[in-house]
This record gives sequence, C-alpha cells and structure tokens, in this order.
Amino acid sequence: MSAAMRETLPPPAAPASPFYTAEHEAFRDTLRRFVSREIAPYVDEWDEAGEFPRELYRKASSIGLLQLGYAEEFGGVPTDPFYRIIVSEELAKAGSGGVNASLMSHSIGAPPIAALGPDWMKRKVLPEILAGEKISALAITEPSGGSDVANLKTTARREGDHYVVNGQKMFITSGFRADYYTVAVRTGGPGASGVSLLLIERDRPGFSRTKLRKMGWWASDTAQLFFDNVKVPVENLIGEENRGFIGIMLNFNQERIGLAAGAHGFARVCLDEAIAYARERHTFGKPLIANQVIRHKIVDMAMKVNAVKANLELLAWRVHQGERPVAEICMLKNLATTTLEYVANEAMQIFGGAGYLRGAKVERIYRETKVMTIGGGSLEIMKDLAARQMGL
Amino acid sequence: MKVLVAVKRVIDYNVKIRVKADKTGVETANVKMSMNPFDEIAVEEAIRMKEKGKATEVIAFSAGPAQCQETIRTALAMGADRGVHVLSDAELQPLAVAKLMKAVVDKEQPGLVIVGKQAIDDDSNQTGQMLAALLGWSQGTFANKLEIGEGVAVKREVDGGLENVMLKLPAVITTDLRLNEPRYASLPNIMKAKKKPIEQLTSEALGVDVAPRLKTLKVEEPPTRKAGIKVKTVAELVEKLKNEAGVI
Ligand SMILES: Cc1cc2nc3c(=O)[nH]c(=O)nc-3n(C[C@H](O)[C@H](O)[C@H](O)COP(=O)(O)OP(=O)(O)OC[C@H]3O[C@@H](n4cnc5c(N)ncnc54)[C@H](O)[C@@H]3O)c2cc1C
Ligand SMILES: Cc1cc2nc3c(=O)[nH]c(=O)nc-3n(C[C@H](O)[C@H](O)[C@H](O)COP(=O)(O)OP(=O)(O)OC[C@H]3O[C@@H](n4cnc5c(N)ncnc54)[C@H](O)[C@@H]3O)c2cc1C
Repeated sequence: MSAAMRETLPPPAAPASPFYTAEHEAFRDTLRRFVSREIAPYVDEWDEAGEFPRELYRKASSIGLLQLGYAEEFGGVPTDPFYRIIVSEELAKAGSGGVNASLMSHSIGAPPIAALGPDWMKRKVLPEILAGEKISALAITEPSGGSDVANLKTTARREGDHYVVNGQKMFITSGFRADYYTVAVRTGGPGASGVSLLLIERDRPGFSRTKLRKMGWWASDTAQLFFDNVKVPVENLIGEENRGFIGIMLNFNQERIGLAAGAHGFARVCLDEAIAYARERHTFGKPLIANQVIRHKIVDMAMKVNAVKANLELLAWRVHQGERPVAEICMLKNLATTTLEYVANEAMQIFGGAGYLRGAKVERIYRETKVMTIGGGSLEIMKDLAARQMGL
Repeated sequence: MKVLVAVKRVIDYNVKIRVKADKTGVETANVKMSMNPFDEIAVEEAIRMKEKGKATEVIAFSAGPAQCQETIRTALAMGADRGVHVLSDAELQPLAVAKLMKAVVDKEQPGLVIVGKQAIDDDSNQTGQMLAALLGWSQGTFANKLEIGEGVAVKREVDGGLENVMLKLPAVITTDLRLNEPRYASLPNIMKAKKKPIEQLTSEALGVDVAPRLKTLKVEEPPTRKAGIKVKTVAELVEKLKNEAGVI
C-alpha cells in the first residue's frame, strides 16, 4: 500500500459507522438471538397455521422490540431510526414477512395515537400496546380502493357525544386479532378535508371482521372489517375532526421507510441464502458458484442491495435531522421493493427446484415480494406522489 | 452480599475459527467478539440472586484490552450494577486472571464469586479453581444448581452424574451449561447500562505480575475428518471394527 493511500484510512479510534453505536450493536445482538430462538424455528409452522401465538407480542416487548421510538412516560424507549433499520434486518432473518407484519402492526397503528391522540388515550392505550398486551392495527384501505385515500367511504356521523360508524375496511394487517383499530373515516364533506381518524375498540357492538386468504404473509391475520352502526365516543377522535388526512400522510412517510427497511432486510437474506447455496450445490462436477454466470448474478444482486442500504441509511439520517423528503421516501420505497423483487427472483433461480419447495426461505420471500410493491402505497402511486412533490 | 462475576471477551460462538498463517494463534482481527457463554450464565445467576434478595450488588469483572468494556456493558445491560475493567493488552493466562481477580476481591470484599467453568476460546478450565486456592475459599465447580442459605448448596455436574456439596461462604462458583438460561439484554436495559459506572484499573496499580507462565509453541487446525464409508452387512461392520479400527 502506498503512503498516500494509507492517509485516507480512518484513524484507529474512528467509529465503524456514522450511524451505529455500541448500543445499536448490542441491541442487534439481542435481536439476533431472540429471532433465532423465538421466531426462526417456528415460521414454517406458523405460516401453515395462518397465525402465530399471541404470546410473541409479550415476548417481543420484554426485549424492547415494540417500544422503539415512543416516549418513556408511555412505556416506550426513545430511539433514533437506525434501531428500526436494525429491527428490519434482524427480523428478516427468520424469513417470514407475515410474522413481522402482524408482530409490528402497531408501527403503523400506534404512531397517530402518540402524535395526535388525546391524553387519556396515550396514557391508557399506548402502554398496553407497547407492553404487547394489546394489538394495534391501522385501517385505511377500503374495498373500493386503497390508493385514493382522500375518497374513502366509511362514514362517522356525529350523534351527541358519539359517532356512528358505517362502512368497510379491506386488507387490514392484524385485522382479525387486533384490540385497537386506528380507523380513517369520513366525518365531513368529500375529499381529503372530510377525513378523520378514530380509535375503535374491537368489542364495540356492530363491529365484525373476517379473515382473508392470501398469496403470502400467511402468518399475518389480514382481515376485512365491517362497521354496522358502530357507536364510538367522541373522545376516541385522534387529532382534530376533519384533519385526519395530514396525520395519515405523515404516518405513511414512516411506514414507507419501514417497508423499505423490511425490503432491504429480506433482499439481504435472499442474497446470503443464494451465496450459501451456490457454494454448497455442485452441478457438472463443481460448485455452482464456480460458474461465471452465477458469480455475476450474485454481484448484480449485491450491488443493488448495497445501493438500497446506502439510500435507506442516508434518508433515515436526514429524517432524523428533521427533514421531510417525501419524494425521496417514495423513490426509496420503490427502489427497495423492486430490488427485493429482483433479488428474490434471482435467488430462486439459483436455488433451482429446491427453491420451489415450501420451507425454503427464498420460496416464501419470493411469494411475499408483491405485497411490498403494493401495500403502503403502490409503485405507481409512489411515482405519482414523487412527481407532484418534485413539481413536475 | 456483593457478588462478583467474571466476563471474558471471546470470539463469538457462531464464528468459524481460523488459525493465523504464522500459527501463533487464531485470527481475531475483524472477527465478531462476544461474552463467553459460560460467563453469561454466571451473570444471569448473580442477577437472579439479586432479584431474590440474596445479593445486594452485582459487579462484572473483565481483564483485557479496551474493548472488554463492551463485554462489561453487556453484563450491565443484563442487569449487573457496575463494572471493573483491568486494562491490559498483554496475553492473560488463567493464573494472571485469577491473581487480578484476587486483587479485586480483596478490594471489593464480595461474599461470592461466580465465573464460567471455562472460556470457549482456550478452554482452560482453571481460573475459578486457581482463584479459590489463592483466596483460600471454598469452591463449587461445574454448578448445575445453586441454593443460597447459610452457605451455598451446589449441585455439581460430574462424570458419573450429579453431586451435591455444601459450601461455606465466601465461595467461588464455576458455572456449567445447565445452571440457567441467560436472559436477553433488553433495549431499555441497554440504554440504562450506558450510565452505569465502569472502574478502570491496571495490573501495575493492583500490583499483580501478569507475565505468562506458559508458552504456546504452535497453533494448528484440527485434522479434517476423513469421509466415512458405507458397509453392506453387519458382519462386515464387525470385521472392520475388530480388525481395522481395533475397538472390539
Ligand atoms: C397483505 C396486505 C396487507 C395490507 N395491510 C394494510 C393495513 O394494515 N392497513 C391498510 O389500510 N391497508 C393495508 N393494505 C392495503 C394496501 O395499502 C393497498 O392494497 C394499497 O394501498 C393499494 O390499494 P388497492 O389494493 O385498493 O389497489 P387500487 O387502489 O385499486 O390500485 C390497483 C392498481 O392500480 C394502480 N393505480 C391506482 N390508481 C392509479 C392511478 N391514478 N394511476 C396509476 N395507477 C393507479 C395501483 O398502483 C395498483 O397497482 C394491505 C394490503 C395487503 C395486500
Ligand atoms: C414443481 C416441479 C416439478 C418437477 N417435475 C419433474 C419431473 O416430473 N421429472 C423430473 O425429472 N424432474 C422434475 N423437476 C425437476 C426440474 O427439472 C429441475 O428442478 C431442473 O432441471 C433444475 O434442476 P435442479 O433443481 O437440480 O437445479 P440445479 O441443477 O441444482 O441448478 C440450480 C441453478 O443453477 C443453474 N446451473 C446449474 N448448473 C449450471 C452451470 N453449469 N452453469 C450455470 N448455471 C448452472 C441452473 O440453471 C439453476 O438455475 C421438477 C421440478 C419442480 C420444481
């Protein structure tokens, strides 16, 4: 090594990363063990069963997994966004998007409560959710459409000190088992300015649900919700009446970074699985990995995964500084989820027939790629929003 | 009663160990390091004693380079109260560690010391026994179960099964695998651990001679196992066991 090159190396005491401290790494360690002991051995069983034990929420809370980013007074642990990235990476290692989606459904259901909810709600509901005692879900999408949120049709009509809710919600993660639903409803006129958020408890008379059978995420209880004259007290309003749309949009920013982090985690797993398999598998008298086609495939996969990681971490850092780069978050979501599609597809190809069998991580991840490019704002909607934000 | 636990920084148990090219040791550069698993069991046992009101304070001890602080932090995140780190970049053999621990015991006056039965790097299985001898304390090695009362009732794992011994306090315990299942360090506790104190000492300040007494001649990979063969009949198996393997 030349002297000039040596000068560009960091000093020995420099942190290994600008984003991750010793505490981040300690939590990663805890998570890695937790996932390998409490989740990974069971994901096949839970997937076939269509759900996982409720106990897992409490176990997850015991290591702090559910409390990330919430204020201490409500039972949370304030953190920077890099803890969430670590969570996505480590949870992905079990290879089941369904378990993650339901176990972490409060990460989309609870932030509006923490940000906009009245005091009583924060004091009662948040601690129960963060302790893993109660399950939280977010219900925005309706049978008539998820992309066009501003035109949602579920109504909440004010009658004295109650709202009366009528309508349906569709594709709701944790929708079958949740205790608390953060529901987008129409309280006013048409369009975005008539939308509010309501907290609806599962045992309200007139509220029912049915489970949906899906292509992937089997371990997640996705449901359709029905509201038939459901009486909800006005104090269950989250934020101001008719001002719910902005809350939904802010929540989406967070959800999309989360989905990007999840997609990155699963893409990394596909890459690692593919490398391990290609080293082990022999065809034509030599390891698969000895073939240039396979080696190049793996390099292309790694290149894309690395690009997602770099983009994800930098955006997470900017958001943490207080910026709200909406267009870039949309693009990140698309980059991450389409990379996952690409990498999962290539990993399946490298696995050959073995990847087509149930029980292979890549098989499940491959089946679970589509929900990532659709849920939380589809590819097309992300591009549309980015274009508008860019002033095009 | 204070409890002192030892936590050694070793190569993580998931890492595939590589011998250095010059055969002087194993590769540790850029290798993930963790707390010795037997020491995690020691920490867990001490914390449980504190939770049951049998111990008042849990102190985590580690000797070695600056990064040992991370290992101590892990113990603090599990629930230990404070740390003692003896900073040393020298090679520390079991006798040196036992002497350093004795110096810390003299200073801290714990009623019980719990260490792992061995560390997964050099597998010496000596430090606890040496420490007990240096202190003139009772020792309960390979503990499978502990019960604190007047003294300590220790169920030990021995070749023939389990053995019960009753120790007078103060005592040194070494942990075996089945003593308990260590808890995860939770995120809130990881955050709290940042604020717990770690005292840093040196062997010079403690007046301990840590010079190695043993010399490593060479470190080599264990020979790779040869592939097995399939036999067709029981008779052939018996014949091979008798004449080739010479075991029957
Ligand atoms: C497994 C799963 C879990 C989910 N969990 C939840 C949840 O917990 N809570 C929740 O509220 N929702 C949830 N969803 C719903 C998800 O957010 C919606 O599926 C998504 O927003 C898309 O809405 P849609 O399915 O109604 O599709 P549509 O809105 O009908 O769109 C269909 C297709 O047309 C495209 N499209 C629509 N409008 C336009 C346009 N103007 N220009 C160009 N293309 C357009 C879309 O991109 C999409 O490809 C979940 C979905 C799935 C599959
Ligand atoms: C649902 C299903 C039904 C099937 N039905 C039948 C059936 O009825 N009868 C039957 O006989 N078989 C059947 N098969 C097996 C199928 O034909 C094989 O899966 C296929 O030939 C690939 O072989 P493999 O799975 O062993 O993959 P491998 O041969 O292990 O290949 C794995 C990957 O590496 C690539 N690869 C391998 N060698 C090289 C190389 N030298 N250079 C570059 N790339 C290489 C392959 O293209 C593939 O992408 C079935 C498979 C499935 C999944």
